[in-house]
Amino acid sequence: MQHLEVRELSLAFGGVQALRKVSIDAARGGITAVIGPNGAGKTSLFNAISGFYRPQAGSVWLDGEDISALKPPRRAALGLARTFQNIALFRGMTVLDNIKLGAHVRTRTGLLSALWYLGPARNEEIRIREEIERRVIDFLEIDHIRRQPVASLPYGLQKRVELARALAMQPKVLMLDEPVAGMNREEKEDMARFILDVREQWDVTVLMVEHDMGMVMDICDHVHVLNFGEVIAAGKPAEVQADPEVIRAYLGAGDAETLRRRIRGEAGAA
Amino acid sequence: MQGLIEFIEISLTGLGMGGLYALTGVAFVLIYKATRVINLAIGEMLMVGAYLFFGLAAGLALPWWLAILFALAGGGLLGLLLERAVIRPMLGENPISVFMVTIGLGSILVGLVELIWTADPRRLPQFLPDEPIFLGPVFVFPEPFWSFVIAAAVIGVFVLLFRYWRGGVALRATALDQGAAYAMGINVPRVYALAWMLAGMIAAGAGMLLGSIAGLSPALALFGLTVLVVVIVGGLDSVPGVLLAGILIGWIESLAGSYLGGEYEHLVTFALLLVVLLVRPWGLFGTPEVERL
Amino acid sequence: MRIGSPKQSYAADEALFRTPTQWTWFGILLVSLALYPFMADQYWLYLACLISINIISATGLNILTGYTGQVSLGQAAFMGVGAYTVAWLDTHTGAPFFVNLLAGAGMATVAGVIFGLPSLRVKGLYLAIATIAASFILQFVFINWESVTRGMRGMNIDPPQVMGTALADPDQFYWLVVPIMVVMVLGAANLFRTRIGRAFIAIRDRDISASVLGIHLPTYKLMSFAIASFYAGMAGGLWAYFFGAINPESFPLLMSIFLLAAIIVGGMGTILGGILGAIFMTLTPEALRYGVDLLSPFIEDASVILSPVRTMVFGLLIVGFLLFEPHGLAEIWRRVRRFFHLWPFRN
Ligand SMILES: Nc1ncnc2c1ncn2[C@@H]1O[C@H](COP(=O)(O)OP(=O)(O)OP(=O)(O)O)[C@@H](O)[C@H]1O
Ligand SMILES: [Mg+2]
Repeated sequence: MQHLEVRELSLAFGGVQALRKVSIDAARGGITAVIGPNGAGKTSLFNAISGFYRPQAGSVWLDGEDISALKPPRRAALGLARTFQNIALFRGMTVLDNIKLGAHVRTRTGLLSALWYLGPARNEEIRIREEIERRVIDFLEIDHIRRQPVASLPYGLQKRVELARALAMQPKVLMLDEPVAGMNREEKEDMARFILDVREQWDVTVLMVEHDMGMVMDICDHVHVLNFGEVIAAGKPAEVQADPEVIRAYLGAGDAETLRRRIRGEAGAA
Repeated sequence: MQGLIEFIEISLTGLGMGGLYALTGVAFVLIYKATRVINLAIGEMLMVGAYLFFGLAAGLALPWWLAILFALAGGGLLGLLLERAVIRPMLGENPISVFMVTIGLGSILVGLVELIWTADPRRLPQFLPDEPIFLGPVFVFPEPFWSFVIAAAVIGVFVLLFRYWRGGVALRATALDQGAAYAMGINVPRVYALAWMLAGMIAAGAGMLLGSIAGLSPALALFGLTVLVVVIVGGLDSVPGVLLAGILIGWIESLAGSYLGGEYEHLVTFALLLVVLLVRPWGLFGTPEVERL
Repeated sequence: MRIGSPKQSYAADEALFRTPTQWTWFGILLVSLALYPFMADQYWLYLACLISINIISATGLNILTGYTGQVSLGQAAFMGVGAYTVAWLDTHTGAPFFVNLLAGAGMATVAGVIFGLPSLRVKGLYLAIATIAASFILQFVFINWESVTRGMRGMNIDPPQVMGTALADPDQFYWLVVPIMVVMVLGAANLFRTRIGRAFIAIRDRDISASVLGIHLPTYKLMSFAIASFYAGMAGGLWAYFFGAINPESFPLLMSIFLLAAIIVGGMGTILGGILGAIFMTLTPEALRYGVDLLSPFIEDASVILSPVRTMVFGLLIVGFLLFEPHGLAEIWRRVRRFFHLWPFRN
């Protein structure tokens, strides 16, 4: 059974049809990519899966359950975590607090014990702190910045903190919106390694949007291609790469060889 | 029959106030559209205009028309000054900070006025015709009548200005899309200054009219709160919305005040505001804000 | 920076005061609060009581506006709800004062949640304006619900009784209000060490992503309103007991602006900010009065200018801090502390 399934999702903003009967799925424990040119509707798809956008038609299924009617916080509580294309960290908080916020859905402390920081509140705080330190902060190698305000961090690290926050939710399905955009080669390699390790160690299903085709080829099991809000191809990375329609979508019009290289993420391509 | 006439009289008085709400609302929307600032000090700017007129006409004993001209100029200058000294440095800040800055400005203006003229109520020199007006059997108080006429005329002039005058076109372009306005070579900071100056003048004018209806005191600034309700009901960025809402609220207030009692005037307005906020927060004609993730 | 001692455990690292130095300062603070009544005269004790009441209310507003980002201009009106509840219970039931205070805070909480409902639909400036409406409506109730509030005549409240003694004077009232203030401030500080406080800040910083990360916005926004108005109600109840008389004009919109100014001046979104702001804003009018007294030999009617000067200074402080020191006194305080920490080595 597919872990996450999107069936015939359609979404329009006024006259703009962002998604047209989009169906994709993510296999349990796999790394699935959604690719497509700018404005294809990838982020809109993620937002619809999160529940932030309300699609006009179609449904979203998690673990064989229809979650289309649920509000975003409920979906998060069911194990749907994500990062954002335009980093959405909470700028008034430290790295540690941002990550702890991810644990919100798994904690229960009520108002009264919070005000006095009595037994339950204290125990829970210390428990999640310990867990986050061990499983997230050490794992992502960000222990040196835990007390820093997130706004002061370089871009690459901010992306990593976003991943940390999503992991602190202990998600079932992790959605990453362009996790390596704007990173240099070294940072990209780190991030690719983290994503692979996450799959190994965390028992999660990864669904990611990515423009960097090299990375998609390297780490993904399955790829869906979106163009103008429609799925135009799906399959193994190598199959998709060779699909003439995909090439045309990326090309618009132009020289096919450059494009093929660009899709492969080879040197010299922007 | 008597009841009907009374109803019409009350309604017409309400329309008089409504005209002033609409006029001040236009000043508010002007600032909002051009600079995206919610100016809570609009009531205080209006009050300062009325006091300037009082100071010039009663204090310096200038002829009333000259005093009006100077007071309008003073209101415009005040708008320019506020924009330059306080609002411009705050551009790009969190809108809530800018909003709170205008609360502070309001407080400064009230303090200044009380320092110069004390908080005692005053009477504005008469400049509106004061013969009672009869429309058939219906009696209308002269001040609300004339202020409605003047407000309508001023609004009409401004609507034409926005449409045809170069500065007005620049204003509308900036309101629509600041980046594009820049690209078209519009001097955006100058547009900001212009918007504040015009708003200051309109507010001063409305202040003089209001002062001649309601008498002069620092409490005039509270008028700004009702104007806030008007612009929210109409839609922060919509001139037609504000005109309609201004008239509507002036009318409702007048009805509530006459049939329920004076203390209900504001209650009804603010209750209406809460309803609008719950049902249609962007107002009758405003554009809903779209958020992206 | 000072080198911290190695952390024994995460528990120690999560503590409210992390270093022995911090504990020492907190101890010194508590001792000075306890010794203060023995050194100060009635006037300074009066100010201390007033400051404490304002700290409670400002801290509540800071939770709502500074930490959760929901601007409210209704805090004074919610204080009024607390005050009227206390006054009514005091005249009609003769229940012990702490029952009245809790009931007052509870009623204010109910009012706060009701008038917080617009926050589910609107935010930012719209919400601020909705709270202005709330404040007018409550004012209307205070004036016109004569059978309960006695209208414009207002109500009188007897001083609270503790074991037969009436806490009538500031030197006695101090022992009631200061402990309550300390406990409530500590409660607020604790809140922001837990998931609830983090959820508030997340809503302030980016509400839609907070929602996607699992924070149910309506619950937490209303919770923030509830807490803020609970603090307001408690402050209002204490105010009623302290001054012994209230009327509809005791809690005007201006007082809400005063409280907002306090957290702006003190520093929004820090516990210290609410405290410093309340102290500063309570003392400023006193300082101005002192200044005007000094001027009175030279200017006739110097006392007449006091009120307008106060209004003006009030606005100048809001504008000045927002323009030049948007993080308020708390930030200045941090800079001063850093300066002394680095002192021998600064360049
Ligand atoms: N909230 C919104 N309101 C109106 N239009 C929107 C909204 N969100 C997205 N769109 C439109 O939907 C289309 C798809 O946008 P989307 O952000 O999903 O693309 P994308 O594939 O993520 O592109 P990119 O690679 O640039 O991130 C675009 O035309 C965009 O303008
Ligand atoms: Mg995108």
